[in-house]
Amino acid sequence: MTDLIRNTAAETAAAIAAGEVSAVEVAQAHLDRIGAVDEKVHAFLHVDTEGALSAARAVDAKRAAGEELGPLAGVPLALKDVFTTKGVPTTAGSKILEGWVPPYDATLTRRLKDAGVVILGKTNMDEFAMGSSTENSAYGPTGNPWDLSRIPGGSGGGSAAALAAYEAPLAIGTDTGGSIRQPGAVTGTVGVKPTYGTVSRYGLIAFSSSLDQGGPCARTVLDAALLHEAIAGHDPLDSTSIDAPVLPLVAAARQGAGGDLTGVRVGVVKEFAGEGYQAGVMQRFNESVEILRGLGATVVELSCPSFSYALPAYYLIAPSEASSNLARFDAMRYGLRVGDDGTRSAEDVTALTREAGFGPEVKRRIILGTYALSSGYYDAYYGSAQKVRTLITQDFARSFADVDVLVSPTTPTTAFPIGERADDPMAMYLADLCTIPSNLAGNSAMSVPCGLAPEDNLPVGLQIIAPAMADDRLYRVGAAVEAALNNQWGHPLLEEAPAL
Amino acid sequence: MPGITREEVAHLARLSRLELKAEELDHFAEQLNDIVDAVARVSEIAAEDVPPTSHPLPLTNVMRPDVVRPSLTPAEALAGAPAAEEQRFRVPQILGED
Repeated sequence: MTDLIRNTAAETAAAIAAGEVSAVEVAQAHLDRIGAVDEKVHAFLHVDTEGALSAARAVDAKRAAGEELGPLAGVPLALKDVFTTKGVPTTAGSKILEGWVPPYDATLTRRLKDAGVVILGKTNMDEFAMGSSTENSAYGPTGNPWDLSRIPGGSGGGSAAALAAYEAPLAIGTDTGGSIRQPGAVTGTVGVKPTYGTVSRYGLIAFSSSLDQGGPCARTVLDAALLHEAIAGHDPLDSTSIDAPVLPLVAAARQGAGGDLTGVRVGVVKEFAGEGYQAGVMQRFNESVEILRGLGATVVELSCPSFSYALPAYYLIAPSEASSNLARFDAMRYGLRVGDDGTRSAEDVTALTREAGFGPEVKRRIILGTYALSSGYYDAYYGSAQKVRTLITQDFARSFADVDVLVSPTTPTTAFPIGERADDPMAMYLADLCTIPSNLAGNSAMSVPCGLAPEDNLPVGLQIIAPAMADDRLYRVGAAVEAALNNQWGHPLLEEAPAL
Repeated sequence: MPGITREEVAHLARLSRLELKAEELDHFAEQLNDIVDAVARVSEIAAEDVPPTSHPLPLTNVMRPDVVRPSLTPAEALAGAPAAEEQRFRVPQILGED
């Protein structure tokens, strides 16, 4: 049974297709693992035992009937609780949606089900995906499987922790400012933010609509590619969905695993270093750059001067869009309603409900966004932030004229202790320093494990950034680095994580 | 640029339909003042001639064909409602008594 939970998604799918193991056995092994360790990890907000076993039985029946199985049929997955799931509770980590059961599936949920993926349950997250530690969940924090007293990153900390704890070989996250990549980095797992518009947002509870992007989380680059291909593609239900074919990501990952990066041009972003960057993070990052060189890539240092303004621009744009998006939680059509005693007006009930149903970070961002959009301040704040967004996009365009991918540490530090930054918003925001520029520009980026920081033995992530609609480059370069490092270590990084 | 005052936070909370408690107002006012100080830096490089970007994709008015398609039943649409009556959402009073 231990092997069933440690296998990669690719291995699991192959074993099920070959009849070496049934999808039900695989699902049960993961449900047992969740039962054994999730009390400590708290990666899941809801475990859908019946739904998972029934999806697994359907895969086994298809195989028995001789039908062709997709490349991920029968593979279990942990779904971030921000995607709607028909008949299964969806909270977005908020009290305001406690007990809400969506009447429809997100397009991403639908695609997973169509691919025969077995959804084990819904994972913990910062409320409405606002945060970098999962401490902003209304349902309590998630522990990092490397050290349960530390944060697993956020907002998708539950999804990343589920992977690192061997509760699921695949997971789904959403990345608005780094919420897939930063949890990937601090848990020693792989996370990819696809090009904006390539994975449908229909049924993704909106935080910041021009930045939000769902994407794959996995323990290996190849598994991420398999999942990415399954969820990507045009969706007429999402008006910002790009109508273009899905790139050959699995092929790119397989090519990269061959280890030859001859002719690939890599740029090191000069601005992502210096004050605030942990020594051990920079050490592992610099070693990764040497590995890229060793695999045949040419490496140059380049400057993206506007990137130092990305964090302030993000904390104006994202809260502004959030203040508008979260207006839908008005206590009228779904979710919590507080104070409706027959005497109060609808407006008062809305205000009382939002006070009771939203946590502190959500309230801070709604107020900040309302401020940035208000008359008299709009030009100075929101307007200026939109201009910075243009400058950042121009920095990327200039860089990608000279190089194929950019690299940086994914996060300035390793996982910090739970509680350390919980009531210090500015300190918390720094966790997304290196990830935010890609959200503002809408391009693609990956975090891949690149070792443990010597001073604390915690995982470090290498960020790889590619232009929009060139996500395949991430997989080629990411798989090459992964293969070289696994070869150097003699095993995948996660095998060094302590037993739970 | 001026900082953000406690009175402003109270006003913004009302606009945002958030019935904040007094101690929340004190706490948020201090934190938001720090955040606003930090994010105000964007104006340093936002020159006149830089065009704004509101969205990463250059899309306008994406329309679907105007055809009938399946939708939720009234029961499904009302299933999550805090209160419902006669196939409608029941809401608290919107107009005053008089």
